[in-house]
Amino acid sequence: MVKLRGTGLSAVNYPTGMNLGGDPSQALIHATTSGSFVVSLSATDLGQGLRTVIGQIAAEALGVGMDDVVIDTADTDTGPHDMGTFASRATHRVGNAVIAAAQEAREALLDVAEDELEAARSDLEFDGQGNILVRGAPDRSMKIADIAAAAQFKYGRTIAGRGVYMKPRSPVDPETGAMDPDSTEAHACTVAEVAVDTDTGEVTVLSIRSAYEVGRQINPALVKGQIVGGAWMGMSHALYETTQPYYPDPAYSPKDFSEYLMPGAYEMPKIECVVLEYPSSNGPYGVKGVGEMTANSPIPAIVNAIYHATGVRIDELPVTPELILRGLDARARAARLAETSTTPDS
Amino acid sequence: MSPAMNVVGRSVPRSDGIGHVTGRTQFTTDRSFPGLLHLKIVRSPLHHARILGVDLSEAERVPGFVRALTHADVPHNVYTILGLIGVEPEEEFVLAEDRVRYKGEPIVAIVAESEDAALEAVARVKLDLEELPAVFEVEEALRPGAPIVTHWGNNTFMYEGHPCRRVRFGDVEAAFARADHIVEGVYNTKPIEQAPTETTACIAVPEANGRYTVYTNTQAVYFSLDNTAIILQVPGNKLHFVGGTVGGGFGGKVDVIVEPLATLAAMKTSRPVRYAFSRSEEMQVSSTRSAWRIYMKDGVMADGRIIARKVTSYADSGAYSRQTPYALTKHAANAAGPYAIPNVSIDAYCVYTNRQPSSAMRGFGITMASFAIEVQMDKIAEVVGLDPWSIHFINAYRDGDMKPHRKLVEDATLIETMQAAAGLVGHELPARFRAMTSARRPEGGV
Repeated sequence: MVKLRGTGLSAVNYPTGMNLGGDPSQALIHATTSGSFVVSLSATDLGQGLRTVIGQIAAEALGVGMDDVVIDTADTDTGPHDMGTFASRATHRVGNAVIAAAQEAREALLDVAEDELEAARSDLEFDGQGNILVRGAPDRSMKIADIAAAAQFKYGRTIAGRGVYMKPRSPVDPETGAMDPDSTEAHACTVAEVAVDTDTGEVTVLSIRSAYEVGRQINPALVKGQIVGGAWMGMSHALYETTQPYYPDPAYSPKDFSEYLMPGAYEMPKIECVVLEYPSSNGPYGVKGVGEMTANSPIPAIVNAIYHATGVRIDELPVTPELILRGLDARARAARLAETSTTPDS
Repeated sequence: MSPAMNVVGRSVPRSDGIGHVTGRTQFTTDRSFPGLLHLKIVRSPLHHARILGVDLSEAERVPGFVRALTHADVPHNVYTILGLIGVEPEEEFVLAEDRVRYKGEPIVAIVAESEDAALEAVARVKLDLEELPAVFEVEEALRPGAPIVTHWGNNTFMYEGHPCRRVRFGDVEAAFARADHIVEGVYNTKPIEQAPTETTACIAVPEANGRYTVYTNTQAVYFSLDNTAIILQVPGNKLHFVGGTVGGGFGGKVDVIVEPLATLAAMKTSRPVRYAFSRSEEMQVSSTRSAWRIYMKDGVMADGRIIARKVTSYADSGAYSRQTPYALTKHAANAAGPYAIPNVSIDAYCVYTNRQPSSAMRGFGITMASFAIEVQMDKIAEVVGLDPWSIHFINAYRDGDMKPHRKLVEDATLIETMQAAAGLVGHELPARFRAMTSARRPEGGV
């Protein structure tokens, strides 16, 4: 048995948002009498941590702590319209809508604070910890909770904000394909290392190491979660998964996870990443979408690594042990043929 | 990071993390309701067939059987999920009428007191089907004489009069003629399941005020509500969708499949109805990532510059297009990858076959483009005699470059990202690549 090692490189771009725009997200924010802010949305948390990330954006934009923000989402009786959680759009679209709503809510807070603190609006500032301060007068400050209560019971006002973000829908020229298919582009570059067993055709992925540029990380641990999970999915696509193993023949379709192959914990390689931040011009705090792209660059990096390990070029997915063994056999035959034809009678 | 930031940029713990890992988070089917009914589907056992008859008589005698729904019960039975954003024509049947176009296509919905009773009744429905020739291969589906899957006479989605999404930029053939090398590949990929931990599911509950609350794990509550309102021909204000906590989507929960039938069943029975996919339905019936065939031909100069690319792509949409037409447009916009290629021609076909429909999945239209592009890059490096890193830097796009779909590049950071990756793996780049940036090229520069 020989284990051949190889390294493969790939680089990708990925667009943020529904490709032709026209995909709005709205947010409504209101303050409760205790100074908490309810952020009403209709976006979905798929497990990627959207509630957390949007909570961070709302807290930042409102100038309050995370504990003072309640995310109420995906109830169509209370949440305003949202196109949905897909197309690497949610943090970008919803985040922008939340910032817009927060700005309106802050203006409403400042209206009350002007009266309560008897200060000019230009002298008021948020400290980001739940207070509004009078610049240069440290003793004159008020808790946002007290301003919200005063708004409600003393002035009879609402502390609320509305926000929406939409990239306007654009058409495609059917002749030339001219179109505006993104809001911004994130980038990744992956280096994969593999070992290929020449007896069994099995591929062991030794490492997947990537650089990602995602505009701005709202929550680095959750970005890393996408990168690690995406590397697993990319590896799974490259080497294991399909619902129709004999495609285009539709037969032998798996019914459950005992028949549908995926890598388990034992197969997981070392996954490392560095994340760069070059803020986008239109994302909330410069965000670009990182949700989908993380599965993409590991696939060709692994397939290229298999080539550099074995000399077998495989242009189909998944790369099964059978494909590798057939490729190795073909190479061996070709080498024997070459040997025969280049060993003339001399 | 800006020093003014308080919480943005911090790895605060997930607000729902403790609930998820302790099992206290309530997912869609964790809810229970008194009088809950279960909906299961009678599906086509054949890939393509005419429906001659459906006999429910034995199914109706199964203890616990409540009622059956057929296409005659569905007010707007033929729909297109992207109709909401203007995509035409309407093509998919909520419940099949006279023909089934894929194995697993829904024909009858059975509503019963228990899941077991529903499955038992499903098994006792007798179908009289006349098998029709089926097509499973994308290029065969486009040949004259192929079995026609659609109701409009050919097997492609039509893009404003064209059978494919086109991109035309520069003069590809002239550039091929002057290229030093031609590098070609045919890339084939198979269907892939989104494989979320939680299968697609909803529970529709009739409320005392005449409305219906639908608990769902859709990725898009309004998209699902609006499509359900169209299919059931009810005002949107009759429907109240509640979701937002989903055990994985990956694109598998943007087709509106379970909500319309569960809500219809709740309307017909005045009882809560649960419709949840089994794992085998998730794998064998619900949408997959499309299988792709991508022909890619690149014209390359001896110094490694790619001067032309021609792409012909086929996505196997299966029997209905669902989100796939949009994926082809996204594919066409990205088939040049993050590279500055001055001559590009792309034809991207959404092809109908007698296969379970494909639809959205993470990387929608781009994942397999990236696979083909990046294996091409590796081949080009070998043909030209450079290492793969060099080919990537030589061709990397910069701000201000024109993409084939005629949008100027902005927010380009490919070069910086590759430099960081080289640093991470300890690959020493030559000085000229270390000095490169994604900034706009000098006027007249290349």
